[in-house]
Amino acid sequence: MKKFSVPALFIFIAVGTVVAAHFEMIDLYVQTIIMFIGVNIILSSSFNIINGYMGEFACGHAGFMAVGAYVTSILNVMFFTSNKTFGDPILSPELALWFFPVTMIIGGIAAAITGVLVAIPSFKTRDDYLAIITLAANFIIVSLFINMDTLGGPRGFMGMKQVLFAMEDVVFIPWMLIWTFTFTYLVVFLIRRFVSSTYGKGIIAIHQDEIAAEIMSVNTDKMKLVAFMFSSGLAGIAGGLFAHILGYINPNSFNILKSTECLVMVYLGGMGSLSGSIIAAILFTLLIEMLRFIIPAADTLLHFIPLIPDTFHLSQVLKWVIIPFILVILMQFRPEGIMGNRELSDFFPKLKKYYEFK
Amino acid sequence: MSLLKINGLTHQFGGLTAVSDFSTEFHGNELMGLIGPNGAGKTTVFNIISGFYKPTEGKIMFKGHSISGMKPHSVTSLGVARTFQNIRLWHDMSLLDNILISQHYNLGYNLFDLFVRNRRYMDNEKRMKSIAIKLLEQLDLVQFIDEQPKNLPYGIQRKIEIARALSVKPSLLLLDEPAAGLNSSDVQELIKLIRWIHKEFDIAIWMIEHQMAVVMSLCSWIQVIDFGKTIAQGTPEEIQNNPAVIKAYLGDDKI
Amino acid sequence: MFDSIIQNIFNALQWGSFYSLIALGYTLVYGVLRLINFAHGDIFMVGAYIAYFIAIFFFKGSPALSGTTTLALVIPLTMILTAVFGVTLERIAYRPLRRKGANRLYVVITALMCGLILENGNLAFLGASRKSFPELIDKVVYNFGMISMTNLKIGVILSSIIVYFILNTIISKTKIGMAMRGISYDKFAIPLMGIPIDTIIVVTFILGSSLAGLAGILFAMSYPILDPFMGAIIGWKAFIAAVVGGIGDIKGAFVGGFLLGIVEILVVAVFPSTFRDLIAFSILLMILVIKPTGLFGVAKSTKI
Repeated sequence: MKKFSVPALFIFIAVGTVVAAHFEMIDLYVQTIIMFIGVNIILSSSFNIINGYMGEFACGHAGFMAVGAYVTSILNVMFFTSNKTFGDPILSPELALWFFPVTMIIGGIAAAITGVLVAIPSFKTRDDYLAIITLAANFIIVSLFINMDTLGGPRGFMGMKQVLFAMEDVVFIPWMLIWTFTFTYLVVFLIRRFVSSTYGKGIIAIHQDEIAAEIMSVNTDKMKLVAFMFSSGLAGIAGGLFAHILGYINPNSFNILKSTECLVMVYLGGMGSLSGSIIAAILFTLLIEMLRFIIPAADTLLHFIPLIPDTFHLSQVLKWVIIPFILVILMQFRPEGIMGNRELSDFFPKLKKYYEFK
Repeated sequence: MSLLKINGLTHQFGGLTAVSDFSTEFHGNELMGLIGPNGAGKTTVFNIISGFYKPTEGKIMFKGHSISGMKPHSVTSLGVARTFQNIRLWHDMSLLDNILISQHYNLGYNLFDLFVRNRRYMDNEKRMKSIAIKLLEQLDLVQFIDEQPKNLPYGIQRKIEIARALSVKPSLLLLDEPAAGLNSSDVQELIKLIRWIHKEFDIAIWMIEHQMAVVMSLCSWIQVIDFGKTIAQGTPEEIQNNPAVIKAYLGDDKI
Repeated sequence: MFDSIIQNIFNALQWGSFYSLIALGYTLVYGVLRLINFAHGDIFMVGAYIAYFIAIFFFKGSPALSGTTTLALVIPLTMILTAVFGVTLERIAYRPLRRKGANRLYVVITALMCGLILENGNLAFLGASRKSFPELIDKVVYNFGMISMTNLKIGVILSSIIVYFILNTIISKTKIGMAMRGISYDKFAIPLMGIPIDTIIVVTFILGSSLAGLAGILFAMSYPILDPFMGAIIGWKAFIAAVVGGIGDIKGAFVGGFLLGIVEILVVAVFPSTFRDLIAFSILLMILVIKPTGLFGVAKSTKI
């Protein structure tokens, strides 16, 4: 029983949401937020492999996301829609539905291969030098896409909505919601399997003492390569989903600010805690969306009292003051993040009776 | 064929010669000692054997393989295990995980098996776990299996590090100052433990140690180095009476 | 052809000066605290804004001083106020974490967050309208054949070189400078030698932030449009420059800054300007792959 409680709960939530969305009980905005939560869960939990479990300080996760997003979008748009750049669809648009997971995985593989470029320098360097390598890689990837005029250059790339319409032409149900749920669960599931195996624990050993890991027969170079490829590949999948949820992408949506968001989620949740990453991703997404409403409300309230002059208005920019501020405060009182390096079941041992997630 | 044969090993850090023309040989399962004053280059010899440094010159043959310049994890897979002067355990992991991760040389499954959790994965994980538990039982550590090493007393940590080294089924065990920081009753325990391991596991042991009581009571052959050069070797009795050794340790009496 | 090369080299040196001044701040803090102060680029931005407000106050405001007098007041006042700002930031955000012995990475994240707060706080409270810095000194253009340079450019380059030599003297000759170098070798031994570690950290932040303030003034005078995100991109780039030079080493930061300036200008001279970041970063990445500790950095060996 214990084995099935988590999948059952997940399926219940997923099916419930999809049905609710199909019968228009929840509007598009809420659906988008739910999908963004999924994407952010993938981003934060995959980034946690490197920055949490392996204890490195990489800060260019959005770069790999960009690779996945572009590769998946190009493939789908090229094969299943008619487009100015790529011409008529190569395959019949109905097939988009079946090939969508394949293109997602290809996008992930492309991102994983890009991850090798960062992994190889990491054999020799750690810490701040690695930070700079990943940072520079992020800049380079974004700048590369900006300079590709066939892909829209700085204006971005679009046409992914057509792919979605092609899928909806086959069966009219909220496909993106379904894909997001599927991939999110799959990613979390794979990461969980990875870090709970003896093989995967090798990266935790590297974190705690790299020299000891090397001497106790852990092939540290290989482990780093695997970890970087795994993490960046999953980021690529997140990118693919992101591109199809929005329907358009431009290189600047994958700049350092996006990487910073990933960092925030990992450290908010706690290094080396998968449930922490998931909780942080959910909280973070909800917080951003809530502030969208809270700020205008506060603005009206403060003008009503009147505490601030008429000429001044609280803008949405404040969102990016409040979120970092919350994190700074959190760091002061709970520097290890929400969960530290523990999982939910370590916090509430009673939960162990009800679920087992391995 | 000898187990380990080192010939003319020399290592330089920049201009400093840390080890010069060092040679030694393990024929079978001896228990040998490597002693010398601080900074004599003892740990450097161990670091070269275990693959952290590539020697400037010289040859290291282990079971007929040349291992100089090999990566540490490959050397370990061949059967050389070691401990460290200052304990290097993975302090935030359970004792069981500490032993399990050392099975990386012999996982028996790949990434794909791991993700799909097939038979091969389950069987190998089970096998590794039973190896680990058996070893911990043998060394009388099984009661700490879920503890994190950082919460255990220093003496136990030393023992865990030795246990972890044994978990790779080595033919040669390198102990770098195993008695450092132990009190006298712990030291007696340690002497018994090392003697027992030598007999029970039937492996060669090479130890660096400053406490003469440990070295003299355990080792059958002792090599003394000073400033990277071998100044004496022989049985414990010979070493105790060797004037060059006394000079290296206590200094010249002609002031 | 030759003229344009010389012209480009001058431009490169000017940008190199900005990068160097900021990179020095990164490197100083890193050398002492092992902390990448990601908010440093934004301290530079704050410096530029402080300079702007002081300049407006004295030049356009009620005292209505002459441009040169204003500049003479702006430079020291901005440097002092930016230094105060940097020290305050350290006091309220970094020091409590350090006292608790938090993981180094969490301090880095805090720095990153403080940077975001500064950028967006500025945007939210000062508004999106860009501030234009008043022209304090008259532009004099010197022409040598086809090469033209302004007094401002020469001033920027000269002041960064002078600042470097002053800083070098402080680091290598004074007691506090020796203590700063000492900390980077062994942070545990320094307090045992009776040197107050907090004082050294405060001095480090004073030096680093005042240099960022100076860079802010010079930048605002050269490119008189200020915006809240001006520090972000320059800051990231200066950080990369500091790492390429070998972080923790002030010579490295200085050279790295100029190197980045030169590479960027040369790339723009040959390729379209959108390729600037792409090629410049690729080159820097290659330097790091070949020499992982940077140009002047020394590999730290862990004792086994």
